[in-house]
Amino acid sequence: MLDYITSFLGMNTTPGQAGNVFWAVVYIFVVFGGVSVAVVAMNWLERKALAHFQVRLGPMRVGPHGLLQPIADAVKLLTKEDIIPEEADRFVFWIAPLIILCASFTVYIVIPFGPTHAITDLNIGILFMLGVSSLSVLGVVMAGWASNSHYPLIGSLRSSAQMISYEIAMGMAVVSAILMTSLNKSGTGTLSMIGIVEAQEQQQIWFLFKFFPLGFIAFAIFAIAMVAETNRAPFDLPEAESELTAGFHTEYSGLRWSLFMLGEYAAMIAVSSIAVTLWLGGWLRPFPNTLTGETWDLVFSLLPGLTFLALAAIAFVGVIRMPKHPYFRIQTAGLAGFGAVLGLIGLVLFVPPVRDRIQDIFWFIAKVAVFMYLYIWYRATFPRYRFDQLMKVGWKVLLPTAIGVLILTAILGIVL
Amino acid sequence: MTPVATTFFFYFLSGLTLLSAALVITRRNPVHSALALILGLLAQAGLYLMLYAPFVAGVQIILYAGGIMVLFLFVIMLVNIERSQKEEQFNKQWLVGILAAGALGGLFVLVYTKGTSLFPAAASLPAESNNTQQVGELLYGQYMFAFEIASLLLLVAIIGAVVMAKKRI
Repeated sequence: MLDYITSFLGMNTTPGQAGNVFWAVVYIFVVFGGVSVAVVAMNWLERKALAHFQVRLGPMRVGPHGLLQPIADAVKLLTKEDIIPEEADRFVFWIAPLIILCASFTVYIVIPFGPTHAITDLNIGILFMLGVSSLSVLGVVMAGWASNSHYPLIGSLRSSAQMISYEIAMGMAVVSAILMTSLNKSGTGTLSMIGIVEAQEQQQIWFLFKFFPLGFIAFAIFAIAMVAETNRAPFDLPEAESELTAGFHTEYSGLRWSLFMLGEYAAMIAVSSIAVTLWLGGWLRPFPNTLTGETWDLVFSLLPGLTFLALAAIAFVGVIRMPKHPYFRIQTAGLAGFGAVLGLIGLVLFVPPVRDRIQDIFWFIAKVAVFMYLYIWYRATFPRYRFDQLMKVGWKVLLPTAIGVLILTAILGIVL
Repeated sequence: MTPVATTFFFYFLSGLTLLSAALVITRRNPVHSALALILGLLAQAGLYLMLYAPFVAGVQIILYAGGIMVLFLFVIMLVNIERSQKEEQFNKQWLVGILAAGALGGLFVLVYTKGTSLFPAAASLPAESNNTQQVGELLYGQYMFAFEIASLLLLVAIIGAVVMAKKRI
């Protein structure tokens, strides 16, 4: 038994490929738990960052700087009354949030956090991700229809039209990136997520900069389409508050509503991981060509620890700036404790074996985090599109551009 | 890696396919029928995976479950469900139905009993790792002409749909 568990550690592959059920289950728990924590953190960050964009303070009451606000929200949602409308189709109403949740969590099976840090590596990796994440539109449609109410139905009709339209442009952009993976000696490309990153490593260039500006345009198309796919601002027409109260999840409350939110944020992280894997070199560290040599390797390997130390420093600045009133004593102590935990994690990340193992995971998560911040930034910056404008952008701008980029990439791939 | 619990998954997925197929024709509510059909298509994708055809399974999920069925649902939702629920579910063509089903069933039984010589006994399992590449080589190499004809047919269908939907172009 112990041999079975330890035998995997020496292997240079993912648990799914090694056929090691124990480690596969462990990885699944770690990844799903990590995603849930990331969703909670993203929730806090979004409220906080949006508030600062709008010159507000955001949540400040629950915990220091509102750090415990997501937990308070979760408790509130769990204890709220769960209402199913009288006229609703009960079974479909019940299963819709589960479908969205399953669709957005299943894709994490193939996301490569590192050359060996993925649950498994499928031969059809990127196809699997696009396919399973496209199933979430079913959940949206079912939720809107089952509610048996006007606003949810309009929201879900808008959503299905929008998601199907943008899926096509998205697929075309993805294909042009996959074409780039075939530019090696054997001439065969790959759909596997790990294979795509390895192709970028071999070609010594991120696909973002390949055939400049073709890779960049394809990436931009994907980056626009993925915002529309996840129903986020400025493409959040399915849940446009000013017109449809809350769109397809108007009739949902309590736990079911929170499942929708969890699914939405998990899907945001998932599509950002696709973008990072396809165009931004996945787990590869930045500047692998110009900043080479032992010194730079050391510098880059110290960055994860330094990041956590910087976060700890921010927490301690917050401690110093806390009001010195006795009311704030517990909050100050809590924030200091949080900073101490962050600093401790940072120090652990400096230990050489940990440092080497954590490298790829850190760079992957750092790149995804940039995208998550962009989502908040978009929401604070852009006004919502009108529905006809949305369709026009999707069909008349993004799709032709994507097809053009695809053809040009194919031609350049043959010529060069 | 070696497959685990193959028999169980085969019967599970086949049972799921049959169950959802039965649900498709017995549900009175067309939305429920469409959802059951989606379940059946997903179970079929699982069966393709068991046949070492991950590419076909992925395409099945993207095209049928994610694309076509969403359009189905889209149309069904715009239909007046109260009226369709009152309409008679099965039309009176028992005789034709029984004849067709009997003929198909007879064919299956015939193939099952006498057809062993028609098919190669044990097909070599294709390597899972380059399934997509093999499909691509076959489609764009050996069956290039058939593939292009099929795509031309789809193009005609698209243009036809646009012509019929748009009165003035």
